Amino acid sequence: MTAPAALETRGLTRRFGGFAAVDGVSLALAPGSRHALIGPNGAGKTTLVNLLTGAIRPGAGAVLLEGRDVTALPQHLRVKRGLARTFQINQLFPDLAPIEAVTLALAEREGLTARWWRPVRAHRALAEEAAALLARLRFAPAEMAAPTRDLAYGRQRLLEIALALALKPRVLLLDEPAAGVPPEESREVLEAVAALPRAVTVLLIEHDMDLVFRFAERITVLAQGRVLAEGTPEAVARDPRVREVYLGEAAAHA
Amino acid sequence: MSGGGTLAAAAPARVGRASRGRWGLAAEGLFWAAWPAAYLAFPDYLPLLSQVAIAALFALSLDLLVGYAGVVTLGQAAFFGLGAYTAGLLAVHGWGEPLSGLLLAAAAAALLGLVTAPLVLRGGDLAGLMVTLGLGLMLYEAANKAAPVTGGADGLQGVEIWPVLGLWRFDLFGRTAFLYSLAVLVLLFLLARLVVSSPFGLALRGIRANARRMHALGTPVRARLVAAYVLAGAYAGAAGALLAQTTQFVSLDVLAFQRSAEGLLMLVLGGLGRLYGGLLGAAAFVVAHQVLSEMTPQFWQFWIGAALVVLAIAGRGGLLGLLAAGRARLLARRGGGGA
Repeated sequence: MTAPAALETRGLTRRFGGFAAVDGVSLALAPGSRHALIGPNGAGKTTLVNLLTGAIRPGAGAVLLEGRDVTALPQHLRVKRGLARTFQINQLFPDLAPIEAVTLALAEREGLTARWWRPVRAHRALAEEAAALLARLRFAPAEMAAPTRDLAYGRQRLLEIALALALKPRVLLLDEPAAGVPPEESREVLEAVAALPRAVTVLLIEHDMDLVFRFAERITVLAQGRVLAEGTPEAVARDPRVREVYLGEAAAHA
Repeated sequence: MSGGGTLAAAAPARVGRASRGRWGLAAEGLFWAAWPAAYLAFPDYLPLLSQVAIAALFALSLDLLVGYAGVVTLGQAAFFGLGAYTAGLLAVHGWGEPLSGLLLAAAAAALLGLVTAPLVLRGGDLAGLMVTLGLGLMLYEAANKAAPVTGGADGLQGVEIWPVLGLWRFDLFGRTAFLYSLAVLVLLFLLARLVVSSPFGLALRGIRANARRMHALGTPVRARLVAAYVLAGAYAGAAGALLAQTTQFVSLDVLAFQRSAEGLLMLVLGGLGRLYGGLLGAAAFVVAHQVLSEMTPQFWQFWIGAALVVLAIAGRGGLLGLLAAGRARLLARRGGGGA
């Protein structure tokens, strides 16, 4: 047998009332792969992400992380098993400086956030690692120490990624990482995405077709809660159903 | 210049956020120096100063919960009252040793926190708030009904507290009471400062700012909030025990809603989420209460209310926010282009 998929779903289904937001979705991400999830608005991408992370529970089906069934695990325990995410809309700590926020993420990764008997600053290694991580994402020292609320939007998007990377995930869900970033700031975000360690399996949920076709090795197209097509970027681009349902719509919008 | 070494050296100083500026240190020194100064300057007002210390400890408990963990409550008096009755009843029934009484009272309050936390933290913010209110009212009425044990509306009589550490007996002037209260406040303040600067404290701030992200970081958010709720309960219980021990009496109003509300008022008056805010707010509130009620016995709450409105509008962040703004203006005027 080959290694189990880094992330897999089997017949994943979630209904809201009578409406099947996600309907029997089966996916498998090979370890270390770069996989994109696309689909028109309302295709069920957000629901699927919430099912993968454990923010909501499926009505049927299973989620497997590195071959182990995590369907019953709450979100924070899936994170401990190596599944991290970023958010489409920033979920940051406005009052904390980036260095503090990343230190917090590192403290959580190291299982230290139940400890109350030593100041954070006594855990020197955490702050050093946080500074190094932020420096790698081209944060200047002054930016690291300023409140997050004062950062430019593009830098906040980078901090989104930094918080997820701090967890040293083996599987990373990137939810529209460049959403809303003005073009002059987007290059840094795209660079950060391109520079993700090869060992990390990445699922990119994205609207921006440029980014998807530049980055992804495989693409899954979701429509009306179901997998419409899956394959290499070339195959997906050629698929007439995809062109009709998704790319057609995208072209119409453009 | 900006190698890894300098970064790493610069970073940790920011992380603890203990605001170690010259101004901060001076203000802290001034704050604590005011206590012995008041002790010497106002020997006739020692019971009042004890009230300030006890109110400060109560406000500190609320700051841990509301200011840091972001859990709003209208029932903190439940813990205060349980602590007061625990210490009082221990003394009535033959165990008047103050320190162990205080610890047992805090433990009882912590236990109450552990039992009620699932109820308070289960729903949304408003649901939780209503639960704290309901629990407070229930405990008040339970203590009222249990008159054979608690003395009911007449209060708990016959509380006799032994000398502190076997050395200092509680005197008529309230000297021991004041120094004992102050010592407990200082110790518990130092502990609170350690807690909020720890990874646990940072996680609480993270939860208050963005619980969704904390889930995504792998934090068991509920467990952290339960811990904060229990800790805050223990602090309030200790404050209640102090009141029972220093006044050698427990009345029903230790459990009253008024106390919960006033605690929040003190905290907001002083400034949330900075530890000193609650202390400062408590001092301002108790002293203002005393002064105003001597001047206008029927009308003092009007002025407290007016002060609250002014502070809420003019100085967001309470008295501490006002002080910080004043400092900034002073520096700007003095420095101009200075660093």
